Amino acid sequence: MTTFEVDGKTLTAKPDENLLQACLGAGLDLPYFCWHPALDSVGACRQCAVKQYDGPDDQTGRMVMACMTPVPEGARFSIADPEVVAFRASVIEWLMVNHPHDCPVCEEGGECHLQDMTVMTGHTYRRYRFTKRTHRNQDLGPFIKHEMNRCIACYRCSRFYRDYAGGRDFDVFAAHDHVYFGRHADGALESEFSGNLIEICPTGVFTDKTFSAHYVRKWDMRGAPSICAHCGLGCNTIANARADRLRRIVNRYNGAVNTYFLCDRGRFGYGFVNQPDRLRAAMGRGDDGSLAAIDRDDAIARLAALLRAGGTVIGIGSPRASLESNHVLRQLVGDRNFYPGVSAGEARLLRLVADILGSGAVHVPSLREMETADTVLVLGSDLPNAAPRAALSIRQASRGAGIARAAAVKIPVWQDTGVRNHAGDTRSPVFIATPASTRLDDIAQRALRAAPDDIARLGFAVAARIDPAAPDVPDITEDLAAAAREIAEALLAAPNPLVVSGVESGEESIIRAAANIAAALRARGKTPALLLNVPECNSLGLALMTAGEASVETALARRASLVIVIENDLDRRAPAAAIEAGLAAARLVVLDHSDSPTTRRADLVLPAASFAEAEGTLVSAEGRAQRFYPPIIAEGGIAESWRWLVAAARAAGLDACEGLTTIEAIAAALAAAMPRFAGLPAVAPPADFRVVGSRIASETRRYSGRTAIDAGRSVHEPMPPVPADSPFSATMEGHHGTIPPALRPVFWAPGWNSVQSLNRFQAEIDGPLKGGDPGVRLLEARPDATLRYDATIPAAFSPRLDEWRAVLLPRVFNDDEQAGRAPAIRDRAAPPALVLNAADAASLGVAAGQPVSCAIGDAREDLAVEIDPALPRGVVGLAGLAQTAHAVPAWLRLRPAEPKVS
Amino acid sequence: MAMVDRPLTSYIQPGRQPLDIAGYERAGGYAAMRKAFGMSPERVVEEVKRAKVRGRGGAGFPAGRKWEGVQHGEDAPRHRYLIINADEMEPGSFKDRLLLEAAPHLMIEGIIIGAFAVQAETAYIFVRGEYVLAMERLSRAVAEAEARGYLGADILGSGFSLTIHVHGSGGRYICGEASALFSALEGKRAVPRTRPPRSTTSGLWGKPTVVNNVETLCCVPSIIERGADWFLGLSRSATEGGTKLYGVSGRVKRPGLWELPVGTPLNEIIEEHAGGMREGYEARAVLPGGASTAFIMRETFDVPMDFDSVGKIGSWLGTANILVLDQRRCPVGLLRNIEHFFAQESCGWCTPCRDGLPWVERILAALEAGEGAADDIELLAHHVDFLGPGRTFCDLAPGAMAPLRSGLKFFREEFERHVSEGRCPWHDTAEGWA
Repeated sequence: MTTFEVDGKTLTAKPDENLLQACLGAGLDLPYFCWHPALDSVGACRQCAVKQYDGPDDQTGRMVMACMTPVPEGARFSIADPEVVAFRASVIEWLMVNHPHDCPVCEEGGECHLQDMTVMTGHTYRRYRFTKRTHRNQDLGPFIKHEMNRCIACYRCSRFYRDYAGGRDFDVFAAHDHVYFGRHADGALESEFSGNLIEICPTGVFTDKTFSAHYVRKWDMRGAPSICAHCGLGCNTIANARADRLRRIVNRYNGAVNTYFLCDRGRFGYGFVNQPDRLRAAMGRGDDGSLAAIDRDDAIARLAALLRAGGTVIGIGSPRASLESNHVLRQLVGDRNFYPGVSAGEARLLRLVADILGSGAVHVPSLREMETADTVLVLGSDLPNAAPRAALSIRQASRGAGIARAAAVKIPVWQDTGVRNHAGDTRSPVFIATPASTRLDDIAQRALRAAPDDIARLGFAVAARIDPAAPDVPDITEDLAAAAREIAEALLAAPNPLVVSGVESGEESIIRAAANIAAALRARGKTPALLLNVPECNSLGLALMTAGEASVETALARRASLVIVIENDLDRRAPAAAIEAGLAAARLVVLDHSDSPTTRRADLVLPAASFAEAEGTLVSAEGRAQRFYPPIIAEGGIAESWRWLVAAARAAGLDACEGLTTIEAIAAALAAAMPRFAGLPAVAPPADFRVVGSRIASETRRYSGRTAIDAGRSVHEPMPPVPADSPFSATMEGHHGTIPPALRPVFWAPGWNSVQSLNRFQAEIDGPLKGGDPGVRLLEARPDATLRYDATIPAAFSPRLDEWRAVLLPRVFNDDEQAGRAPAIRDRAAPPALVLNAADAASLGVAAGQPVSCAIGDAREDLAVEIDPALPRGVVGLAGLAQTAHAVPAWLRLRPAEPKVS
Repeated sequence: MAMVDRPLTSYIQPGRQPLDIAGYERAGGYAAMRKAFGMSPERVVEEVKRAKVRGRGGAGFPAGRKWEGVQHGEDAPRHRYLIINADEMEPGSFKDRLLLEAAPHLMIEGIIIGAFAVQAETAYIFVRGEYVLAMERLSRAVAEAEARGYLGADILGSGFSLTIHVHGSGGRYICGEASALFSALEGKRAVPRTRPPRSTTSGLWGKPTVVNNVETLCCVPSIIERGADWFLGLSRSATEGGTKLYGVSGRVKRPGLWELPVGTPLNEIIEEHAGGMREGYEARAVLPGGASTAFIMRETFDVPMDFDSVGKIGSWLGTANILVLDQRRCPVGLLRNIEHFFAQESCGWCTPCRDGLPWVERILAALEAGEGAADDIELLAHHVDFLGPGRTFCDLAPGAMAPLRSGLKFFREEFERHVSEGRCPWHDTAEGWA
């Protein structure tokens, strides 16, 4: 720590901090624009000007930019000096030269960093009397609105989009006061991180288009801490709602997980919550065989009757349902009758992942930790499509070697342009082995394209080259051996090696190979990090709850008389024929939030809460258990699955769910039943958490228009329903002060209305939240644990004459069932396609865009061909076809189809 | 002056094609290069340092000291670059153009010696985009030098290798800012970079890089050939050696460019070499070294034109290409033209420059149009202060403010008359716009 002085106050800074960070960390108000804790300093906006004095006798001082100034021991600064105060106001005045007077109609208003900084500098009256420059705005697709006239040219958007996130289709154009931030032409932003522009932009240039469609002011929304439901990484979010409509998702800083950034699937996938296909009332099959709405008590009575009827009752859980709902279902039907609700193939993969991670022999990294890896091997996973936020972390990790190179010539780590210019193409080694090209290949030292079997063989070969005791690959080609040697050496040379694979590789052998590499590195005395990604928000939680390889298919094979399905669409998990056969003699009860093929098969449908109306716990791929809370207080028929089940059990006179009446009680029961979940009760404060007797206010102090919104019906203000078992109040009444981070519904501090207020909540700038980053890690490595080498090495891939080896190619906007219901996400989904090597396409006699006919599982489809020159011969990629995952891996016959005549 | 007294222009014959490599060698060219290869790089640096050559691009940094800043030795980082800043875009300046077009081999010899001194293996001549003829002639000269083995691997068995690339600028003023020049060469937006790191530590592609002006390097061959003492002896200044290209534009009888001893007094240049003012015109003031220098008024026209002397009277030598303001030209109008240029050439990176300069330009335009407001002069003064050194990211805006700052001081009355009379006093008068 170094000691320095600002306006006579003695403060401390970390040695690698700049003055702006140090001042913000000390709680001082110092305005800024171009600096961002994740993007560091470039000195462009000149807003953070302060005085620096040379030694104790200097009375004059000189103006410096705090973000570009190191803090040497004993340095003396002033923020209050009149000259710098006037200069900072002048910077705002310049920015206001062209900024429109549209705050009252600007969607950023009220959470605008520019507004906050303007107030902070005291600038009020603009002396500029000439015309303002105007820009033409662009259509940037379904996610983002563009209003360039508001731009203050801080360059954060282009620095984030290009430098941080690796996007290519967005840049700065033109010069002087005409600088323009956008695309070369109108069109949807290609990066899967484009939504972060909304929060990166200090004013209203980039705003949320989906939010705009049902806009309300920030202070007029209820906020709830939530967890993203659209992949397995567990990014923390804040869900904002008003009048039973989920309005938007914004990032919720978690210093160990997603920090400042979400992917677009996570930010814009929320739209499914508001869709008309939501189930809002229970439905029962009537005498005429059709489903019709029934009331809540009737629904519970019907389920109770079915439970009492006896016979074989099985429950099919869900990787997108909370631990609590899954656990209650398991309690209701009994351990032996509970099935995790995934396809047979995925069940095997998840079992493997859970066993490897559960062994305690590997360290599972957090997303933040992944940024500090020195060498990364991605085995078989297309991360930008399957787990975008992890890809973003690896992109940061790749900068390590360049930052070190800059540090060697004393360029401070926070001096962003200096570091990047000096680093040039110097990158930490990242190796990527996948069947098809990925959007992370640009940072890879080597991007290898191979069939799944060969990717597994590469992995096994790497392990054998790290530790000769690991089983080696027979009949290895020279190329593969050379690649394996290069990767092995790089991993061995790294202080913090990271191996990433996942269920999306579709191959157990690839995951086994990744585990072998981790084990080999451990055998050589390293502590490798191993991330095995999982597809859904509670895939790992569910896998950790269960044993064996039970799946939807094994469930259906039971030919049960009553099948209870929670939050799951069986048609995504098993072939239609198996479902029909398995349900032929069964009564089917489905609890879900939206209409699906499975709810349409059901005899009884109970409307389950989506994440936006529910509280629950999810376990991320990191093994981090995290709690989400409802921004919408469920009314009418909608309730969490576990509440339906508990009510029905009680009505049936069963005691299986006795005592499971709150989230805490269920979590405690699960923790007691399975030592793996012992940490669950610590995930978040309990429902009866109060601060001096008060609940945490879930609306802001300024929440307005409560009566107006329903004025068409009544001008009276009814008391909103108060959730019985929640730490949150239903109104603005309640506690607003210090809040445990897991319960924080909004980031706001006096003078800091925008997301930049985070600096008031971090224990140190860019560090953990005050009070600790939320979540409990369930999978910590133990020094005594060991992982045995696996020796089931597949034979080298050899293409077949008239069949193609199918691999599933993830597509970020296609693959998630829930997000796929959101209109904005649907807009960006790629048309499903068969991806082929150009030579294979030629041998089939088809060109890009032409249809090819094939049978995937029991469905025959005509799909357009896409060419990926990198894809190995003999392999066909199924892109945008995640719903066919249960039928893959497979060998497919392809034949050119007749083009459809329209 | 005798040929030996004009190291920069002695190879130039006005109206004729530049010397080809044979002609240049016959006239004594490339002898300095051969001599340098017989010296150690440190000796070359020492000689140039002793000759007191100051950067002729306008900054005036001692060339020898800049070269010394490059880390030498076995473990010093490679690759190294020498960049020749030939992006001559300073308004009113045209000296480098003469050298590039008329003495390309002198340029190349200077580059070879300079690159040898700093042990750079690659040189880029970054040429102003409009200097098409210069690029043609340089490219031809580079090809000739390559053919002779003066460029390429192991030049003349010296063990020293050098490649020269001629690179045409995309055409913005900021590209001439040394660090923005790196960005431009790297194919990025031409935005300046922060110092530290210094370019000799982390310049082009993050490698040690020296940037020299055309004229600076053209001084080098004669220094090596004849020695620092001879070079010092050419000068009329105690603090700087050599001769210098002085240019004069404005309503003088013979606008032009002359090679004169460093330290030749301003009035001598205007009166003797430029032939004095045209009939009916009087010199009121000059901008001594391009549009980004401060006005020098008549009272100090006896100033010796070297960096230190001009600096002492509150201006700067800059490019030493003198713009003469006469009594029939409105100083506010002149400043408006200048600020229009700088506002347009701002790269848009930092706020004060990007948004301040257009405001300044509009105020000046309003004054000229007779639409000045009472607080306009105060607003201009505000900008002069807050666009000054240390406030902005690079030196473009402080340079733009230099003539305005001095203009507000020396022509205060004229400014006030624009406001009080509601018109430009030079408009529609017998005195103005002749």
